Amino acid sequence: MKRAPRQRSKFNLRGRMMLVACTLGLCSVALVGRAAYVQLVNADFYQRQGEARFVREIPIPTSRGMITDRNGEPLAVSTPVESIWANPQELLRYPERLPELAKALDVPLDQLASRLSQRADKEFVYLKRRINPDQARAILAHNIPGVFSQREFRRFYPQGEAMAHVLGFTNIDDRGQEGLELAFDEWLRGKPGAKRVIRDRHGRIVENIDLIRPAEPGKDLTLSIDRRIQFLAYRELRNALATHKASSGSAVVLDVATGEILAMVNLPSYNPNAVTGHNPDARRNRAVTDLVEPGSTMKPITVAAALTAGTARLDTRVDTSPGYMALGRFTIRDHHNYGVLDVTGIITKSSNLGSVKLSEPLSAQFFYDFIRRFGYGSAPQSGFPGEAAGVVLPPSRWNGLTKATMSYGYGLSATALQVAQAYAALGNHGRLITPTFVKGQINEARQVVAPEIADAVVRMMQTVTEPGGTATQAAILGYHVAGKTGTSRQAAAGGYSRRYTTLFAGLVPATNPRFATVVVINDPQGGAYYAGLVAAPVFRAVMEDTLRLMDVPPDDIETWLAAQAKGEAKRQAALPPLPPPLEEEPYDAAIPAAMPGVGDGGEP
Amino acid sequence: MIARILAGVLLLAVVASAIGVVYQRYRHRQLFVELTRLERERDELNIEFGRLQLEQATWAQANRIDQVARQRLGMKFPEAEDIVVVRP
Repeated sequence: MKRAPRQRSKFNLRGRMMLVACTLGLCSVALVGRAAYVQLVNADFYQRQGEARFVREIPIPTSRGMITDRNGEPLAVSTPVESIWANPQELLRYPERLPELAKALDVPLDQLASRLSQRADKEFVYLKRRINPDQARAILAHNIPGVFSQREFRRFYPQGEAMAHVLGFTNIDDRGQEGLELAFDEWLRGKPGAKRVIRDRHGRIVENIDLIRPAEPGKDLTLSIDRRIQFLAYRELRNALATHKASSGSAVVLDVATGEILAMVNLPSYNPNAVTGHNPDARRNRAVTDLVEPGSTMKPITVAAALTAGTARLDTRVDTSPGYMALGRFTIRDHHNYGVLDVTGIITKSSNLGSVKLSEPLSAQFFYDFIRRFGYGSAPQSGFPGEAAGVVLPPSRWNGLTKATMSYGYGLSATALQVAQAYAALGNHGRLITPTFVKGQINEARQVVAPEIADAVVRMMQTVTEPGGTATQAAILGYHVAGKTGTSRQAAAGGYSRRYTTLFAGLVPATNPRFATVVVINDPQGGAYYAGLVAAPVFRAVMEDTLRLMDVPPDDIETWLAAQAKGEAKRQAALPPLPPPLEEEPYDAAIPAAMPGVGDGGEP
Repeated sequence: MIARILAGVLLLAVVASAIGVVYQRYRHRQLFVELTRLERERDELNIEFGRLQLEQATWAQANRIDQVARQRLGMKFPEAEDIVVVRP
């Protein structure tokens, strides 16, 4: 009994050991072989397959740079919002949660269901875009499988309508669509970064592995615009449009010394925080895109041309009687027969005949070049998208009348910005500076007319706002104002219509101009259509407050003192109800004196 | 003999560097997680700052200040005649 098992075990031991060893050896060979196959031969393939299942590259969103005004006040700010999205494949496995989700999203259930089933084979569908982070948290709090939220940025414009045209707006993907948002899109946008993460089956990020490239946030942009002046211009223009029932208008304020645009307003406007469904007409930045005939605002340029050519001097006298003049088949007129005017008088009274006569001796080429040098007929290159160049025909295409009509501002067209640029050049001692929207980015100045001629013309324009001029309503207490009105009929099919464009271009303070301002009001219907009554008061209202805001010292203290004296006189004059009591005073005083007497009389 | 010692040393070095790689890899992930967390914190603060700026700008809107000054506080700009010019 004992031998047999021992023998058998002895017999079998070697064989069994071999068998086991062989089996195990084969197994391990197979395992090592497989491992080598997987890890060495086909390593790349499996690595890729593995990573494809859990490693993801995801973008790191960046915010768009802020746009501020020249004092650092925010004009356009990106703030985060959440977009709710779903993975339909996962979500549709829990159809019983859909009503709850529809309620949380505040959309009809059937709409949500059809939206999801249409994209049942996709892994991504937006449910609601750009909502308040608090709302998003409330939706996510339901913990519905397959529903996620993702951060996006939305642009807000705290200044609303007042700044809408200059800033423009962005689309839903945060790309600039119009205005400066478009012009400086590259600068503002920034580059989204990317990082590698490990995600689990539900798309949740388990671990951040690696940074592929860091996000570059958008850079901020500081504009030359002053929010306060912008608002003033907006308010006054809006009031004027309402008063005169005008269809549209623009206002531009330039810093004379630097060419910086301090304000640019257009009406009608729109709300940039909710752009959809707006009339595209209201979106145009009229001050740079819409052409108007500058009308009489050209006359100072004509005078400067005549002075430069030497065909007129400051004391040249021009006979404008009898107040009308046949020119080809047209007759040009002045409002009155002004008789003999000197050069200053032509500007003061805005005499059409006077400027035609001044332009007569000038050669066509000289006059054309002179006008072009002031920026008329070429886009200002301020960097604003869609700038209009205006129309100034070259002399080869002139007919016999062109020079004459151009001398008083018809037959050529310009934008409000171009007119402001030309006037700023006059105010800047003849140096023209291309306007800019960016603070501190000042363009080079170009001498377009001799400084003494520019200064003389500014002095002449000062008479326009003084008694006897065409724009006494533009006068500002305490300051000399140089300016020029312009009223032109709007060109329509087959000639000029009964619609008017009124302009006022001005420089303050006239003795050392700081601001060049242009106001354009189209189509006033309220009875008045002369620029002196429509556009000039807007200019005054805006500049009055601007001068105060910018701490510009008054250059005309005398009128201020006079007004003060007048106010004093008025206060004195308002006193008459008081003198009688004053005269009664002796009588009053007499009563106490009498009282003792009475007392005396009573007491003894 | 020397070859053996050398091999042993190299083997140890290989093992040590392998462990070093693993450790550094681990450190890297840890630090990256920390970096991401801090960056997120920074972004949150920036965003909060932007929101506050926006809120401030909305409150400080010229239109609103103008209205409050005129209507609630009953302010107005002095007439020309009410201004006294002070000369040095």
